[in-house]
Amino acid sequence: MRAIAAIFRADFNQHIQYRASALAGLTTQFFWGFMYILLYMAFLRSNPSAFPMTQRELMSYVWLNQGLLIMVVIWFVDLRILDDIVKGNVAYELCRPMDLYHYWFIKSVSRRLARAWLRMVPLFAVAALLPQPYRLMPPISLLHGLAFLVSMLLGFFILNALTMFLYAGTFYTLNPTGIRTLMAAFMDLLSGSLIPLPFFPDAIRRVLELLPFGSVQNAPFLIYSGHIPTERILPTILLQLFWCLVLYAWGRLLFARMIRRVSFQGG
Amino acid sequence: MLRLYTKYLDMNLRAQLEHRQSFVMMLLSQALLAFSSFLVLQILMQRFGSVGGFGLDEVMLSFAVTWMSFSLAETFVRGFDRFSVLIANGGFDRVLLRPRSAILQVLGSTVDFSRLGRLLQALIILILVAVRGPIQWDFLRLLTLGNMLVGGFCVFSGLFILQAGVTFFTTEGLEIFNIFTDGGREFGSYPMLIYGQLMLRFFTFVVPIALFQTYPLAYLFGRSQNLGLVFLPLLAGLFLLPAYLLWRLGRRRYESTGS
Amino acid sequence: MITVNGLSKSFRVRRRQAGFGQAVRAFFSPKYEIIQALKDLNFGINDGEMVGYIGPNGAGKSTTIKILSGILYPDEGKVRINGLVPWKDRMQHVARIGVVFGQRSQLWWDLPVADSFELLRDIYRVDAQRFKHNLDELVQALDLSLILQQPTRTLSLGQRMRCEIAASLLHDPAILFLDEPTIGLDARNKIAVREFIRGQNRRHGTTVILTTHDMQDIEALTQRILLIGNGRLLLDGQIDELKRRVSPLRRITIEHSGPLAELPAGVSIEDQRPGQTKLQVDTSRVSVSEAISQLAKKLEIEDLTVAGPTAEELVLSLYKEYTL
Repeated sequence: MRAIAAIFRADFNQHIQYRASALAGLTTQFFWGFMYILLYMAFLRSNPSAFPMTQRELMSYVWLNQGLLIMVVIWFVDLRILDDIVKGNVAYELCRPMDLYHYWFIKSVSRRLARAWLRMVPLFAVAALLPQPYRLMPPISLLHGLAFLVSMLLGFFILNALTMFLYAGTFYTLNPTGIRTLMAAFMDLLSGSLIPLPFFPDAIRRVLELLPFGSVQNAPFLIYSGHIPTERILPTILLQLFWCLVLYAWGRLLFARMIRRVSFQGG
Repeated sequence: MLRLYTKYLDMNLRAQLEHRQSFVMMLLSQALLAFSSFLVLQILMQRFGSVGGFGLDEVMLSFAVTWMSFSLAETFVRGFDRFSVLIANGGFDRVLLRPRSAILQVLGSTVDFSRLGRLLQALIILILVAVRGPIQWDFLRLLTLGNMLVGGFCVFSGLFILQAGVTFFTTEGLEIFNIFTDGGREFGSYPMLIYGQLMLRFFTFVVPIALFQTYPLAYLFGRSQNLGLVFLPLLAGLFLLPAYLLWRLGRRRYESTGS
Repeated sequence: MITVNGLSKSFRVRRRQAGFGQAVRAFFSPKYEIIQALKDLNFGINDGEMVGYIGPNGAGKSTTIKILSGILYPDEGKVRINGLVPWKDRMQHVARIGVVFGQRSQLWWDLPVADSFELLRDIYRVDAQRFKHNLDELVQALDLSLILQQPTRTLSLGQRMRCEIAASLLHDPAILFLDEPTIGLDARNKIAVREFIRGQNRRHGTTVILTTHDMQDIEALTQRILLIGNGRLLLDGQIDELKRRVSPLRRITIEHSGPLAELPAGVSIEDQRPGQTKLQVDTSRVSVSEAISQLAKKLEIEDLTVAGPTAEELVLSLYKEYTL
C-alpha cells in the first residue's frame, strides 16, 4: 500500500513538472470532447427522432469518456513490460516472490490510476462549469451515482484483465506495436469509445453489450446518465462481475501456460 | 536532390522490409483503424440518413479525400512528425553537419510505408463512391479531385512541419498538434460545414481543411457550377508558408542555443 | 588552418526545481540562469596537427567543437577555418570536415554498412572513382572487408566504431573531429583505432582534433594539448613541455642485485620487488643523472629505465593546479 502511495506521489510530481504538457493534454481532450459533441449535435439536427439518447445523456457520455479516457482505453499500456516481453526478460520477472499475473496486473492498475487522476479532476471541473446544454450534469440520482462508482470499478478491472491478454498476445507473437494497435482498434469500436453503443443498430448493440468490451465504459457511463434505468442496473453490474471473473480465470490459465513455456524455453 | 531523395526512399523501404512481420502487422492495423472509422461513419449515416444537408456519398467522399491526403502526408512527411525524437537523440546535429538541405534530410530520415495501409482503405472508399454514380465525372471534376488531394497533403504536411518547428522551442506540449492532425482527420471525415459557422471559418482560414473538402465537394456533386472551386483546394497550399517560416525561426534558435 | 579569436558563448538555462511546492511555483514563474560556457578563447591550429582538447565535463569542450564544426554560433569572437567562417559558410565548411561522435552513430541501424556508405557518397557528392578509391583504402586500413555487408545492428561496438570512422573519412575531409572515439572499446580495437588515425594523419595530412577523457588516446595520438576549464583556455602547449613544467618527478626503474641500502637525497622508493625497484627522483632536488651515478656507487645496476609522469598524472595534476 505504501509502495503504491509512493508511486503515486512520484508520478504526480513528475507530471506537474511538465507544465506545458499537462496543459496541452487537457486542451487536447477538451477539443476532442467539443468536436464529438458538435458532430453528434449535427446528426441530432438532421434527424431528431433517430437520436438514441437525450442531450443530457450525450453530454455526460462524452465528458466522462474524455475525463476517464485513460481508465477505459487499452492503449495506455506499460511499454516497459512490453519491452521486457519482447527482449525475453520474462524469465527474470519470474524470479520475483510474486505471481507474475498479479504483479503485472497491479502495475497496470497503478500506472493508469496515477495518470488518470491528474487528467480527470481538472477536466470534470471545467466540464461541469460549461454553459448549457454542453455541461456535464451530475448523476441522475444518488442510486445511479453509487452504482456508477461500482460499475466503473468493475469496468476498470475488466480493462486491466484484457490488458493481461495483450501481454500474453505479445508474448506469443513478439510484436508489441502490432498487437497493441490491433487490440486498441477493436476495443475502441466495440466498447463504445469511438461511438456510444446505443448508436449501433439494435441487433448489433445487444450483442456488443453482452461482450466484455461493452462492460468497460458503456455500462458505467450509461448508468451514470440514467440511460440504463434503475431496474436494469443490477443485471448490468452482474454481467460485469461475470466478465471480471471469467477474464481473470482465463487470463491466469493463459499465464500459467506462458510461464510453463518460459521455464522450458527461456524468455 | 531528387537522386538523394530516391536513395532515402530506397533505404527506408529496405530497412522496413527487414522486419517483415512487424511491417505487415502495422499495415493491417492501419487499414483496420481506417476501417473502424469508416464503420462509424456508416453506422451514423445509416441511422440518420444525412447530416448537415450532406448525403452518404458526399460524406464518403469527404472521408476518402481526408484520409488519403492524411496518410500520404504521414508516410512521406513522417520525419517531421517524429522530429522530437531526432532532436532528442542528437540526430539534428548530424543533419547540420552535412552539406545538404536540412529539410531534405529530415524528410528522408523517416518514410513510413506502413502508413499506406490507411491510404489503401480510403482508396477503396473513393472507388466505391466513384462507381456508385452520383458524380458526373469529367476532366474538370477529376482535376478537382486531384487538387483536393494535393491541398489535403499540403495542410497535413504543413501541420507536421509546424509541429517540428515548435519542437525547436519546447519538446513539451506538442500533443496539442494532435488536435489538428488526428483531430483534423477524424472530424474532417465529415464536411466541416456540419460543425457550425465558427468551426467552418476556423477550418477555412486558420487550418484550411474545409478548402479541400467542403467547398470543392459542392462542385463535384454538381450543386455549384463555380469553376473557382476547382482550384480552391490549391490555396490550402499557402498553409505551408507559415509552417516553413516557423521552421526556419526554430532552426535559427537551435543554431544559437544548441540542443 | 584554424584560427580562433576571442570566442565567447553563454547559455540561458531554466532552473528546474525539485519537490512538489517548488514545482508548482516554477509552473507560474520560471527562473533562468545564465551559464558562461566559453570565455574569450584564443588559439590556432595548423594543418596536419594532432591536438588533444581536454577538460573536465561541462568545461565547454563540446560547445567549442560545435562552434568549430559550424552547427552553433557564438556570442562573440572570430573563427576562421581554411578561410571559411564555420557557421556562416556552413554548407561549404561541413563538406570539408569529418566528425565522429563516440556515443552516437550515423549509420542506418537495419541496413548493411555498405549501404550507409553509399548514402554518404550521395550526401557528400563524392564522385564514383574517388569514392571507390577512398572506400578501398579505408576498408583495408580498418579491416572492414568482412563486416561491410552486415547490418549495423549486428556489429560489435569495436566493429561499429571502425565503420563510423571510415564513414567520416569517405569524403576526404581536411579536418577530423573525434569526440570520445575509443570509449567502450576493448584494448585491441583501441590500438587499431589509434594506429589508423595516426596513419591517416601521416598519409593525408588530416588535421585531427581529439576530445577525450582517455589519457592513453592523448598520449598515443597528440603532441599538443589544449586544456579548457570553466570556459577558459587554461593551457596550450606541447605535452612534453607540460609534463616537465608540471611535475619535476621522474620515475627510474632499476634492476639490481643486492639490497638497496641508503638512497641519495631527492630519491624515494615507489615500489619494490626482489631484484627490481621503482624509484622516484625529484629533479628539483637532484638531477636524474646525478641520482643514477650516486646509486651506481652503492649498487650493481643491471638495467635502468627512465620515465616521466604519465599523461594521466599530468592531467590530474593540471586539474588540481587549476582547481577544476
